[in-house]
Amino acid sequence: MAPPSIETQGLTKRFGRFTALQDLSLKIEGTKCVGFLGPNGAGKTTTLKLLADMIFPTRGACWINGISVQEHRRGALTDAGVLIESPEIYPSLTPNEALEMVADLRGVPPADRRDRIRTVLGEVKMDDWANQKVGRFSKGMKQRINIAAALVHDPDVLILDEPSTGLDPRGMAEVRAIVRDLKKSRRLIFMSSHILSEVVDVCDEVALIDKGKLLFHDTLDNVTRRFAEGHGSVDVTLARPLDGGDGRAKLAALPGVSDVTDLDPKRWRLKFTGGVDGQERLLEALVALRIGVVSVAESESALEEVYLSQISRGD
Amino acid sequence: MAAATTDPPALPATRLRPPASLEQATHLARYQLREYLRSLRFLVMVGIVLAIGAILTTLVAHFRGSLATSPIAFYGSFWGGGANGVIVLSAVIFGGDAIAGEFQNKTGYFLMGLPLRRSTVYVGKFVAAFLAATAMMLLFLAILVGNGAYYFHGGLFPWQLGVAIVLAFAYLGAVLGATFLFSSLFKTSVYGFVLTLVMFLIGFTILQDLIVGLVKIQPWMIISYASSTIGSVFSPPVNWGLAATVTQERAFMGGPVVGTTYVPGIAEGLVIMLVYLVVTAIAGLWLFEREEFT
Ligand SMILES: Nc1ncnc2c1ncn2[C@@H]1O[C@H](COP(=O)(O)OP(=O)(O)OP(=O)(O)O)[C@@H](O)[C@H]1O
Ligand SMILES: [Mg+2]
Repeated sequence: MAPPSIETQGLTKRFGRFTALQDLSLKIEGTKCVGFLGPNGAGKTTTLKLLADMIFPTRGACWINGISVQEHRRGALTDAGVLIESPEIYPSLTPNEALEMVADLRGVPPADRRDRIRTVLGEVKMDDWANQKVGRFSKGMKQRINIAAALVHDPDVLILDEPSTGLDPRGMAEVRAIVRDLKKSRRLIFMSSHILSEVVDVCDEVALIDKGKLLFHDTLDNVTRRFAEGHGSVDVTLARPLDGGDGRAKLAALPGVSDVTDLDPKRWRLKFTGGVDGQERLLEALVALRIGVVSVAESESALEEVYLSQISRGD
Repeated sequence: MAAATTDPPALPATRLRPPASLEQATHLARYQLREYLRSLRFLVMVGIVLAIGAILTTLVAHFRGSLATSPIAFYGSFWGGGANGVIVLSAVIFGGDAIAGEFQNKTGYFLMGLPLRRSTVYVGKFVAAFLAATAMMLLFLAILVGNGAYYFHGGLFPWQLGVAIVLAFAYLGAVLGATFLFSSLFKTSVYGFVLTLVMFLIGFTILQDLIVGLVKIQPWMIISYASSTIGSVFSPPVNWGLAATVTQERAFMGGPVVGTTYVPGIAEGLVIMLVYLVVTAIAGLWLFEREEFT
């Protein structure tokens, strides 16, 4: 059986004279999570809606698992789970009923239905609310049910538009855990997000889009490496505040360090050159300073820097 | 590649397949009906039917000398007088925002990610609205039968009532068809409600008068015209045919014609209603299939 896949060819969407998406050709395939990034209004939701046949392309076409979305919406969406733009559920239904409806419409065998629904409600931690009316739920609770609804039929392909919007920190962590879990079995996840740490955490590849145009699509490693141009960046946390001028000078004098930023007196970001070897030398020298280093973490900003440099370049 | 791409476990041999569209439509209708039954609008509609029933009960009691003289006169004035209102108001309440609401309330976004045709959603919602409206018709019928039993001590129902009930259901289909069509013209619920209500309460009647008065032809293209069969079947002689009964009023014997009334034949009324249902359903489905969930 072919691996799960999502493909778009020359996908273009205009609203009147405004081009929201231009000539997007993208192929993603296999067991992985692809993060879909881009500023507000870049065209992410537009792309995902085209993939779910909620809107129709002005030009081009797309396929899920090789099945044309535009020609066979039923077939294309059969093995896909879709969550776009925080939909609403009929307010007087309970999560159990709403998920039963989804299961019925998707053809989940009655014998598995109860189990599947219980499992997915457990995954989104909504089991205690299974029999309350959805209409009274908070935004985040509804979003959890929406996530559960996208998972009921155990799909190969997941198309998620900012799945963690409206969720509390624990909810976000849970979504991340769900996505990571999904990758353990054969799944392809295409997920838009503004939370770069989330993308770094769960995604293997990223696609960056701006003003309706795809800027790049590559593995996360390649992206950060390619755009870092030999630079690395680490965040250093100290037990004690490091006083301004003197401290900064000490850090700047470390081997390979090209730039020092104080995030706050106890947290510093060091940019350095020299790749992995350079990083090793830097850390040894850093600890030798005895300035109370309690943690050194690869700065999450690697992707952020790529993002900012790419997006601002477009202006 | 960055990911730990371990060997994926084999997929189950048989993947899920969504049920046939017709079956999906029945599932959708079932859940949508449940939503209707629990909604405030259902209670409101029950209240409206009870009010219509109460008014008619009072009227008949007051004018029993003329309205309750025979079963035919009674059922004619009661069913003929109330069914229309029950049908139109049920259609507006259950169907007025059926399609527009899917956009405005974003419930359509929940359904559109599922492997179903847009038309399945339309048909499922139509069936649910039809069934909810049917519940209202049955409630009204119960009030009617209660009154009938009081005046005629459970005597036989006239066959005209049977015909009038069939016509009423056909009319319900036609009205709901138009309501759904109106509703799919908009993405804002209130427009659908208002257009349906205005059209059925006054719009069609005005159009009918204009056509008869100015164009001077039979207003067969107006749905409310067909609905007059629901009442006319009670007044003999019944015109069963496909052609209307035309009465011309003259100012003087043999003088010029000053007015014409058209009363549709029963078969004619039924055909008009069914054509309305089919045409509005096709047009509404055509529109909805092309609507974007932007
Ligand atoms: N129905 C519409 N009519 C006109 N323009 C639209 C419509 N829908 C979207 N757009 C425009 O298309 C562009 C892309 O919108 P889209 O929702 O895809 O952005 P996005 O990348 O999802 O942004 P965000 O991160 O804010 O969710 C925006 O400029 C938006 O204004
Ligand atoms: Mg968006």
